[in-house]
Amino acid sequence: MNSTTRTTPVNSPSGAAMHSPRIDWRRLLLYVIAIVFTAAYLLPISLLLLTGLKSYGEVSLYDMWALPRSLSFQSFVDAWQGSPISVGLGPNFINSFLVVVPATLISTFMGAINGYVLSKWKFRGADIIFALMLFGMFIPYQSVLIPMVRTLNFMGLYGSLTGLVFIHIVYGLPFCTLIFRNYYASLPDEMIEAAKIDGAHFFNIFTRIILPLSGPAFIITMIGQFSTIWNDFLFAVVVTNSPANQPITVALNNLAGSFSVEWNVQFAGALIAALPTLLVYIFLGRFFARGLVAGSIKG
Amino acid sequence: MKSKGWERWAAILTVAPSMLAIAVFVYGFIGWTVFVSLTKWVTAKPDYTFVGLANYQRILFGGGIDSQRFYIDIRNLIGFTVLFLICNIVIGFGLALLVDSRLRGEHFFRSVYLMPYAVSAIVTGVVWRWLFTPGTEELGATGVNKLFEYIGLGFIHPRWWTDPTVWHIHPDTGLGEFLNQIHLGFFTTAAWGFPVGTFSILIATTWLLSGNVMVLYLSGIRSIPQELREAAIVDGATQWQVVRYIYIPILRPVTLTAVFILLNVAIRLYDLTVAMTGKGPGFSTDTLAFNMFETTFRSARFAHGAVLAALMLIFVSAIVIPYLRYQLRQEGTNT
Repeated sequence: MNSTTRTTPVNSPSGAAMHSPRIDWRRLLLYVIAIVFTAAYLLPISLLLLTGLKSYGEVSLYDMWALPRSLSFQSFVDAWQGSPISVGLGPNFINSFLVVVPATLISTFMGAINGYVLSKWKFRGADIIFALMLFGMFIPYQSVLIPMVRTLNFMGLYGSLTGLVFIHIVYGLPFCTLIFRNYYASLPDEMIEAAKIDGAHFFNIFTRIILPLSGPAFIITMIGQFSTIWNDFLFAVVVTNSPANQPITVALNNLAGSFSVEWNVQFAGALIAALPTLLVYIFLGRFFARGLVAGSIKG
Repeated sequence: MKSKGWERWAAILTVAPSMLAIAVFVYGFIGWTVFVSLTKWVTAKPDYTFVGLANYQRILFGGGIDSQRFYIDIRNLIGFTVLFLICNIVIGFGLALLVDSRLRGEHFFRSVYLMPYAVSAIVTGVVWRWLFTPGTEELGATGVNKLFEYIGLGFIHPRWWTDPTVWHIHPDTGLGEFLNQIHLGFFTTAAWGFPVGTFSILIATTWLLSGNVMVLYLSGIRSIPQELREAAIVDGATQWQVVRYIYIPILRPVTLTAVFILLNVAIRLYDLTVAMTGKGPGFSTDTLAFNMFETTFRSARFAHGAVLAALMLIFVSAIVIPYLRYQLRQEGTNT
């Protein structure tokens, strides 16, 4: 990016340097494509909002695309609180938070100490252990579901939110460790050597030197875990059995699967379910993208 | 690095809980699942009587409904995966080039294209199911078909995920007769076709993931030295030639990563189909993961579900293990 200023004195014929009064049709075309794609990508989410804001009298599948004539929040109220024919998603929304917060915090912290050891205190076999851990990130979880149910049953955690928190911590470890290990690997080893000469040891090197530098890794990991766990369906549907304990993804799927529920309530529910991760994305999208790139293994 | 003895132990003890958890919950559980797949456990009550490979025999070569469904899932997986890879790589790379071409509002465009990634597959499935509800002859079109009507394409009227049609080579066409003559007649059956219902899933998953691919390419493009591109343009290369002969070869590792992630998603595909179509008419949108869940937790045929799980693991491992080796070796040469 910054190198462009260096090359401009050569009077390069590159597109960026040309300033003609004529309309640049090629750039116009690029804008048209960009806008068409923007419309296509925003379409489903805006339809959720549009439908949720319509009054019951106005929602008809055949006028799906018509703008609401008057604002009504009834769909959102019914989706949250429930109506005579449907169960409200409010308690499930809270369930999701009760799972996401502890699971995110604990798995992120464990990822940080794992990453610290596997990058700065490599013992014999540390790299193999890391590779074996990473594999756990990519397995189809179907291959662990049956033992998982049996084990949680045995531990007395089956069907509970605690059980779900536990599962999300365990299967979140590879991702969290990966991000922190790669992040710490980029910190110079000399820093640690110097601290050792000053008499610091394993624990206070971590708390006094490494942790204060870990801000970005914490944000990236926590955002990644937050959205993964919030959006998870498979573990939630397998581990929780009673509707009272279900996270919002499972409850929304049940709501959407019932034919008696109006689709505007389904749409309002879908928007409620999507809101937390969408807000995180809108405010911290930059870290979202970084986590995505970092999570694809190469740092 | 010099370290005192106790510190080495402290380091090992610190990672021990995580190591133990992964050892048990990943590797132990995989072993347990494989073991279940070799037993007689096909009711709600566990029965660990060892039956060898009988369950694999039943699903892979049995010819009954279980093996028919398995091969339908494989057919669906192949058709879906090919189009899914092409769509996401092409659109993802295209969007990355678009966002990189110094448009005004570049940041806005990039944010919009990645936004679906923040939305869960369940929400995506719920929305797109309604968008792809075709409507009826009497009452008129709904969803996307209604949009088609607005722009004068009402005559297309696809039935989307409600369509049980499977496209395949018909035996009475020239190609079909040729295949029959060379004893490849089975290619002319629906078992080797492409289920039309897949298009709905394809569009929804592409909406969900193409922004992800764009971000991967974008970070790759941004790491290409600007001098390289400018030198090529000074030498008279067109924009297209820059993309073709500089970007695409340099970005090969990114493409590899993207293909790996997309293949993994395709094999594991579950949430979205659950919320959107389920197994579809005539299993036209069934997936291995959906089949595994139904077999295991709805029909309580745990041993048969475990076979499907083990086969899924084999497919994924065939991609993940070489990829991890490649990545970790790369890392070794860099540092």
